[in-house]
Amino acid sequence: MTPEYVSRRLLLLIPALFGISIFLFALLAAAPGDPFEELATNPAVPPEVRLALREKFGLDDPIWQRYLHWLVAIAQGDWGFSFVSRMDVDTLILQRLPTTLVVIGASQIVAIMVALPVGVLAATRPYSVFDQVANTLAFVGFSLPTFFTGLVFILVFSIQLDWLPFVYRADVPGSGWPWLWTHIKQSIMPVMVLGLFQGGALVRFVRSSVLDVIKLDYVTTARSKGIGERKVLTRHVVRTALIPVVTLIALQLPAVFSGALVTEQIFRVPGIGSLLIASMLANDTPVVMAVTFVSAILVVVFNLIADFLYASLDPRIAYR
Amino acid sequence: MGASMKERDLRGLIDQVKRGRLSRRGFVQRMSAVGIAAPFATQLLVHSGVAMAQSRDTYKPTKRGGGGALKVLWWQGPTLLNPHFATGTKDQDGSRLFYEPLAAWDPEGNLKPKLAASIPSREDGTLAADGKSVVWKLKQNVKWHDGRPFTADDVVFNWEYSKDPATAAVTTGSYKDIMVEKVDQFTVRVLFSQVTPFWAEAFVGTRGMIIPKHLFSEFSGAKSREAPTNLKPVGTGPYLFRDFKPGDLVAGTINNNYYLPNRPYFDSIEMKGGGDAVSAARAVLQTGEYDFAWNLQVEDEILQRLERGGKGRVELSLTGNIEHIQVNQTDPWTEVDGERSSLKTKHPTLQFKEVREALSLLVDRDSIEKHIYGRTGPATPNFLNNPERFRSKTTSKEFSIDKANAMLDAAGWVRGSDGIRAKDGKKLKFVYQTSINQPRQKTQAIVKQAAQRAGIDLELKSVTASVFFSSDVANVDTYGKFYCDLQMYTTTMSQPDPQVFMDQFVSREVATKDNKWSGRNITRVRNPAIDKLAEDAKGELDPVKRAAMYVAMNDLVVKDQVVIPVVYRPGTAGLANNLRASISGWDNNTWDLSDWYKEG
Repeated sequence: MTPEYVSRRLLLLIPALFGISIFLFALLAAAPGDPFEELATNPAVPPEVRLALREKFGLDDPIWQRYLHWLVAIAQGDWGFSFVSRMDVDTLILQRLPTTLVVIGASQIVAIMVALPVGVLAATRPYSVFDQVANTLAFVGFSLPTFFTGLVFILVFSIQLDWLPFVYRADVPGSGWPWLWTHIKQSIMPVMVLGLFQGGALVRFVRSSVLDVIKLDYVTTARSKGIGERKVLTRHVVRTALIPVVTLIALQLPAVFSGALVTEQIFRVPGIGSLLIASMLANDTPVVMAVTFVSAILVVVFNLIADFLYASLDPRIAYR
Repeated sequence: MGASMKERDLRGLIDQVKRGRLSRRGFVQRMSAVGIAAPFATQLLVHSGVAMAQSRDTYKPTKRGGGGALKVLWWQGPTLLNPHFATGTKDQDGSRLFYEPLAAWDPEGNLKPKLAASIPSREDGTLAADGKSVVWKLKQNVKWHDGRPFTADDVVFNWEYSKDPATAAVTTGSYKDIMVEKVDQFTVRVLFSQVTPFWAEAFVGTRGMIIPKHLFSEFSGAKSREAPTNLKPVGTGPYLFRDFKPGDLVAGTINNNYYLPNRPYFDSIEMKGGGDAVSAARAVLQTGEYDFAWNLQVEDEILQRLERGGKGRVELSLTGNIEHIQVNQTDPWTEVDGERSSLKTKHPTLQFKEVREALSLLVDRDSIEKHIYGRTGPATPNFLNNPERFRSKTTSKEFSIDKANAMLDAAGWVRGSDGIRAKDGKKLKFVYQTSINQPRQKTQAIVKQAAQRAGIDLELKSVTASVFFSSDVANVDTYGKFYCDLQMYTTTMSQPDPQVFMDQFVSREVATKDNKWSGRNITRVRNPAIDKLAEDAKGELDPVKRAAMYVAMNDLVVKDQVVIPVVYRPGTAGLANNLRASISGWDNNTWDLSDWYKEG
């Protein structure tokens, strides 16, 4: 990987992000809806107010003009102003970010912690009972949509057993252990729902990746040299097999920012995902634009990181 | 029953109250016996010089605080906390934790003083006899949360702030046409340019919350959005601001300097937003995780099932909100000067009275109530339902396919080979639109079935709510454009007086291309009789005559099928079994938050 290559890839990001921003902006501008629609149905609000607000927030300007405004502002680090909350968009996002990072981050960790050992073990004993069970569960895990598992969890753990709360509160009073315990208790369901969903797919990915490697000649050679099975597995098989898994995980990381739309809604987790949904429903375009654009940036950047990682992990691959 | 007869009886009764021969309560009871509800009865007494009753005080706690945390759930959380910018009731409800108006509407439609020391009345001269001014006396022991005293200057400032077009306040409708002057440190006078029978609008209820002058005076007009206090309210209410995350959370802690003794009961309040109505209902009624849930727009069947969980109950409150079908008076299928449903056209088939009347007979309101809405949508023949004094007794919600058929037969609408009636080559085929919402689609289906049996073909159309209710001039599917024959939705009535509400049938309010379809008269009805009634009612100080005018307006639009009322929608809230809270359909859910407490 030469420095020229890296800088070339970085430069290419700029037109890509430009294109994405134009596309997103045009799409949002073309979408029907009005952030002040609630005022329209309220007889007590004179229509002039609504029209004045539209003008004040520049909603009546032509699209290209609005895009240029947005571009100039974003170049100065100004993410815009929410129509609905009348506060800066970056403040709104930063308020929601910690919760999303904690909940989605935890679910990713759960997914990885479950998927790695299960996937590797399943691959070392293909078609054993363990493999069959793991495979079936993984299949169930990623086939069931989160809105379904989420509701089942609520029915079982909140309503039948009354163990866990199903309303997530980001702002739990108190401190110390009770505070931490409350947080853990309310996070269990959303984290498990997301973790199982992502873990299911990951198990199958790890398993097939390990299966590919375990049959290779160099593994047989390692075994015949008399290296212990455990060492063969960890040093030789898993290390090679995990290269594609690492890239897959790198590609999933932007989701840690953009949140989980459905799960956040079900458990009222005040993360980026629920902010995005609420903003879409309220036609709060500056917020929608900011969240989707940041997600787009992250996806592009993490793609790049995955490429670089791949090259540095796998010496057979070289970019020029 | 002659109106004059009724009027004479009424005046006799009022006299009796004045002379002390009849108690106020007895008066209200007799009124309700003849179909006049409490809010009207009490306003009757006010205008006739009998002081309004104080709301019944049932508050039991004997000390301030000690109630722990109050956890309430708004499935759409407040997104801003400046009451003058509140786009929806959720924002007003949230602002109301910290800000208060001079007076508020209780569930019976009585005014309860908040920041006012008393309710203006004719007896002490604070309510002018000519109906052109009101004097408000303020409480003198009220302090803003930052310790500054609350005075008449604050009240005057709110008027200046809201009426300034540059502020673009959503409350401006209540303030732009009045004058407010300071009489002394704790007295203000509101002056109206015209005779104003409904004087309790500015500084009252949902649009009456007062913000502090000393924190907002620098941020009036165009700079209004820069005020830091927009996001960190400093009010006079029972709770001090602690935290706000738009759409997610509003949190407050007890105001130990609140001006009423022993209040509030709770040490803190947490208003959680987000999610959906069903799970909000579940968290209160079934699992008891929360104490209160707002606006439970859930099918009654589900609510009843959740109530069996035994943790909470559903409380209904009177409102004027009405789910109704609008009948287009113009032709939605012909374009004139760049707009359809133009005033220059007449609807080709709906212009005939028998067709409209048949349609009205084909709406099976009782089945719609029974199978779809339950407690949350009683069938009604009236557009104007509440307060009860304005409810017409002469309208009918009859459902009869036979009658509809006979009526159309008699008028010469003959069934064709496809079973659809036609006359002079014009078929009875209509497009009937509404927003996407399960109860609405079910209602559409019920109406369509009945219409089919009368030889009327209804094409059902449903539009995403965010498009349907938008004011986007470029979109043809908005309710304001009304580019179809029939449409259905709920119109809300935000105060216990029909003046603004009934304006949606006057000619000057017609929605057209010229006003970017922002006019409120969506049906485009133009009837000089309605216009005259609306104009006269505005200046009529005699509440009896005035009520009769609005009843007449209702009858004009209902009996002429400008609209076909379907069900009226009471407010629905979920309350924990031990929570005592007064919920008013005429004000915000949190209108009386200072008096909420738990029993047992």
